[in-house]
Amino acid sequence: MADGEKILNVAVVSAERALWSGQAKSLVAKTPEGDIGILPGHEPVLALLVESPLRIEEPDGTKLVVAVHGGFFSVSDNDVNVIAEVAELAEDIDLERAQAALARAQASGSQDEDELGAARRAETRIQTASIAKGVSAR
Amino acid sequence: MGAQLRVYRRRIKSVQATKKITKAMELIASSRIVKAQQRLEASLPYLQHLYAAINAAATNAADVRKHPLMANAENRQKAAVLVITADRGLAGAYSSNAIREAEALASNLREKDISVLPFVVGRKGVSYYRFRDREMGGQYVGFTDQPTYSDAKRIGDDLLKAFMTPVEEGGVDEIHIVYTNFRSMASQQTRIRRILPLEVVDEVVTRDEGAQPAALYEFEPDAETVLDGLLPRYIDQTVYLALLESAASEHAARRRAMKSATDNAEEMIKSLSRQANQARQAEITQEISEIVGGADALSAAG
Repeated sequence: MADGEKILNVAVVSAERALWSGQAKSLVAKTPEGDIGILPGHEPVLALLVESPLRIEEPDGTKLVVAVHGGFFSVSDNDVNVIAEVAELAEDIDLERAQAALARAQASGSQDEDELGAARRAETRIQTASIAKGVSAR
Repeated sequence: MGAQLRVYRRRIKSVQATKKITKAMELIASSRIVKAQQRLEASLPYLQHLYAAINAAATNAADVRKHPLMANAENRQKAAVLVITADRGLAGAYSSNAIREAEALASNLREKDISVLPFVVGRKGVSYYRFRDREMGGQYVGFTDQPTYSDAKRIGDDLLKAFMTPVEEGGVDEIHIVYTNFRSMASQQTRIRRILPLEVVDEVVTRDEGAQPAALYEFEPDAETVLDGLLPRYIDQTVYLALLESAASEHAARRRAMKSATDNAEEMIKSLSRQANQARQAEITQEISEIVGGADALSAAG
């Protein structure tokens, strides 16, 4: 079990379906207070998530990036459950569409809640896709 | 061919065409029931985690009962009723059952001096209320056979906004939801549920018997904020589940309606072809007797 304790069991669940599950070495998420990194053996935490890319490092070193749009995550006994209302794997993101959506939202210049939300979502998608490609988002 | 026979043949053809359509609709509906059920199942993990998290946050947050989403208004004046109906017809009594149940609930509330503001999902429901010129808090159409989470969220946001607005400014103090519960392929049931103010805590505790006791979580930022963030999600999720249940029920109702339409068409084709056969037989008999009569007349004259 010595090995088992050094690994995180991660499940990413969105409102519509279970998106991804597997093992991970580490996980970085963004809460309203700032980024939080989770390593195996972390104390139990229940935290809200803000719209952001969530980074997971798998045991073989592969990096997985998921765009999460609101939700929360919980950590207990090395089980990490990421519960997002809407979540997308980086590979499922259509970068061009996200960029078009962002341009559209910014061009409208509207301060409407819906428009701002759309812009935020598009931005998160673009960041997620860029991180996944190994390019810095900013 | 005699006129009577021609009429029968034409009617048989038209009934056959109708039967093909109803049969196709029946098959489509059956395949959609399965899809809707799968979506229902796929959304369950999220719900379980949400319950567990709300449970954990609520046990740690100070004075949950005073939370704005849980506090009962002292003097209830206005209630919102979310009715879930279908966008399209040909689903038997599915939409009218939901509407009837909602109307019963509304008159019940009115007896207690609570006025009612309907929020309506589905074209059938919207046209019902529009025809009667009733005020609606919200209308949502175009997705009842395949609702997505963002549809549910839109409705959830509107409901929450109405709930957080004081009654004097057009808000409501409680929210009910009327939907159709999908028990099995053969049985669906219209249900009423109150979603706000929440009774979530008790419900979570009783429902979560199988789960292990909540771990001693560290909350980020703190338990109250987490709870504030989670409760609106619970509303969205409740609406989403109701939409999914209703969609599955709608398909089941449509399948049943179309199955009996197909059966009826078959029955009708059978009786029409009997009548057509009889007419044909009568025609032949008549022709024979005419020929025989003609021959008799000829030989009598010759």
